[in-house]
Amino acid sequence: MRGSTQTVIEVENVRRSFGEVVALDGVDLRAAQGRVLGLLGPNGAGKTTLVRILTTLLRPDSGSARVLGHDVVADAGPLRSRIGLAGPYAAVDEMLTGFENLELVGRLYHLSRDEARRRAGETLERFDLSEAGNRPAKTYSGGMRRRLDLAASLVGKPQVLFLDEPTTGLDIRSRLALWEMIEELVRDGTTLLLTTQYLEEADQLADHIVVIDRGSVIASGTSEALKTQLGADVLDVHIDDVGQMDDAIAAVVKNRDEAHVDPQMGHISVPVRDGSAALVNVVRRLDDAGIAIKDIALRRPTLDDVFLALTGESAEDVATDVVANVGRRRSRARS
Amino acid sequence: MTAETATPPAVAPGFTWVVRDALAVTKRNVLRNIRNPQFVVFSTIQPIMFVLLFAFVFGGAIAIPGVEYLDFLIPGIIVQTTVFGATNTAIGLAEDLGRGMIDRFRSLPMARSAVLAGRTLADTARNLFVVTLMIGVGYLLGFRFRGGIVAALTGILVVLLFGYAFSWIFAFVGLKAGDVETAQAAGFVWVFPLVFASSAFVPTQTMPGWLQAFAQNQPVTAVVDAARALTLGPLAPAVGLDNTAELVLKALGWVALVLVVAIPVGVRQYRKTI
Repeated sequence: MRGSTQTVIEVENVRRSFGEVVALDGVDLRAAQGRVLGLLGPNGAGKTTLVRILTTLLRPDSGSARVLGHDVVADAGPLRSRIGLAGPYAAVDEMLTGFENLELVGRLYHLSRDEARRRAGETLERFDLSEAGNRPAKTYSGGMRRRLDLAASLVGKPQVLFLDEPTTGLDIRSRLALWEMIEELVRDGTTLLLTTQYLEEADQLADHIVVIDRGSVIASGTSEALKTQLGADVLDVHIDDVGQMDDAIAAVVKNRDEAHVDPQMGHISVPVRDGSAALVNVVRRLDDAGIAIKDIALRRPTLDDVFLALTGESAEDVATDVVANVGRRRSRARS
Repeated sequence: MTAETATPPAVAPGFTWVVRDALAVTKRNVLRNIRNPQFVVFSTIQPIMFVLLFAFVFGGAIAIPGVEYLDFLIPGIIVQTTVFGATNTAIGLAEDLGRGMIDRFRSLPMARSAVLAGRTLADTARNLFVVTLMIGVGYLLGFRFRGGIVAALTGILVVLLFGYAFSWIFAFVGLKAGDVETAQAAGFVWVFPLVFASSAFVPTQTMPGWLQAFAQNQPVTAVVDAARALTLGPLAPAVGLDNTAELVLKALGWVALVLVVAIPVGVRQYRKTI
C-alpha cells in the first residue's frame, strides 16, 4: 500500500531520436511503489515515446531505464510479465468479444485456461462489462472500449500499470467513470504511470506530476506544488475597447510579465491565488480606471497556463511545432 | 481485484510456450477470419465462382489432349487461390500494426515468434478450408482424383505447404507496408504474373518463348505440376508430367527455399517494426 518508498520506475538520462527528430532529450524520473506518477505534456512532448521505452516496445538510444529493478532492454522478458499497458496504441481486438479478448491476454500472460477464463470473468465484472462480455468489442461505445483496454492491461495482475492518455477523446461521463476505476486500482496498491494532456486529469489522479516538453522534464512535483507555482486559478478579462489595453493591464496586474495578453482581442489572462477576492479587486480597479468590461471570469488553470507559466510559450505553439515533425516521424517509424 | 501479491506468471518461453502462444494467437486469428464478412465473400463465394468460371467459360475453349480440362484445372486453381490467399497474411498483420494489436502483443510476456506463427498458421487453416471447398465443387462438376487417395492427400499437402511458405513472404510484405491498402497493392503487383504466367490454367507450351522460359522455371508452376501429377495419377504423362516423384521433390525444394529465405526476413522485419 502507500507509504512504501521503494523505487519502481527509474529513468536516467534517456535519449531517443527518430531520424533527426529528438523525441526524448535526456529524461530523468522516478516513481515509488503504490504511487501515481502523472506525465503531463502537450502532443509531441515525448510522453508516448517514454511509455513505449518503459514497456519494452522501444529501445532508448542512450541512458538507462529500470522498472521493478528490471532493465527495460536487458531484462525485457521478465519485465513484461509484471507490467500492464493500456492506451491508444495497446488495442483490443474488435472482432473478438470482451471475454475472448481478456481470455487471450490471460493466456498470453501464461495463465492456465481455467485461470485465464476466471480472471476474464472477474475483470469484466470489475469494469462493468459483464453484460457486454459476450458481444464483439466492435459493438462497444468509446468508453466501453477504453474500459476493456484497461481491463486487458490488468488481467495479468501487473505490479506497474502504464496508461497512455487513458481518457483522450472520451466524453465527460465516461472520463469520470474511468477516473473512478483508476482511483480504485491505486487504492489496491498498483503503481501507475499515467500520461495526459489534461492538467485536470493529472491533478485528479496523480500524486506526483512530471511536466514534459520537447523531450525534457521542465517541472516536477506534487500537483499542489505545481499549482502554488502557478497560482490556484486563472482570471480571464475581456475589455470592450482595445485602445484601453495598456491602462487595463496596469489595472489588472502590477507586473506586466505576469499576464498573458492578447491585444487584438482585448484579452488579459493572469494567474491568481485568492480567486474571488482577486476578481472583486480587478473589477473595482477597472471600474475606477473607467474601463468597460465585456467579460470577466475565474477558471481552473489548463495545461496551456502551466506551459505559459513554465516556458512563456503556449502549449499549442509547442505542440504544433513539434507534432509537425515528430508526428510524421513516429507514424513512419511505427508503420 | 484484491491486493494479494500475485505470483508472477511463468516467464521462460520454453518450447511449450512457443507452441501454446502460437496456438493462442492462431485461435484468435481464426475467430477473426470467420467473423469477418469479407471472409464469406473471399473465402467461399469467390473460390466457387472461380471454379465455375474457369470450368465453363475457359473449359470449352481450352482442350488438353488426353485429359478432361476440369481434371487439369482443379490442381492449378487451388494453387492460384492459395497464393492469392496469402495476401490475407499481409493484410492481417498490417491491420494489427495499424490498430495497435502488435503493440499489445509485444508488451506481453509471450513468445516473440507467436504473432507471425499464429498469423501464418491461421491463414493455412483458411487455405485448408478453401481448398476443400473448391475440390468439393470440382467433384460436383466431374473432377476426380485419378491417382488414388494417398496421392490426392499428398497433393493437397504440397499445396498447403506452399501456401504456408507464401504466407511468410506476405508476413514481410504486411509488416513492411504498414497499412492495409499498401499491403494489398504490394502483394498483387508481383503475384499476378507469377500465377498467370504459370502452368496453373494452360500448358506453358502455348506461351511465347521468353515467357515459357520464365513460366517453366518458377515456383507456382513447380507446385502446380507436382499437384497435377499427383491428382492425375496414371493420366499425368498425357500432359507431359512423367516423373511424379521428381516433380514433388522439386515443389518441396521451392517450399523449403521460400521458407528458408522468408522466415528470417519476416522475423527480422517484425523485430525492427515498432
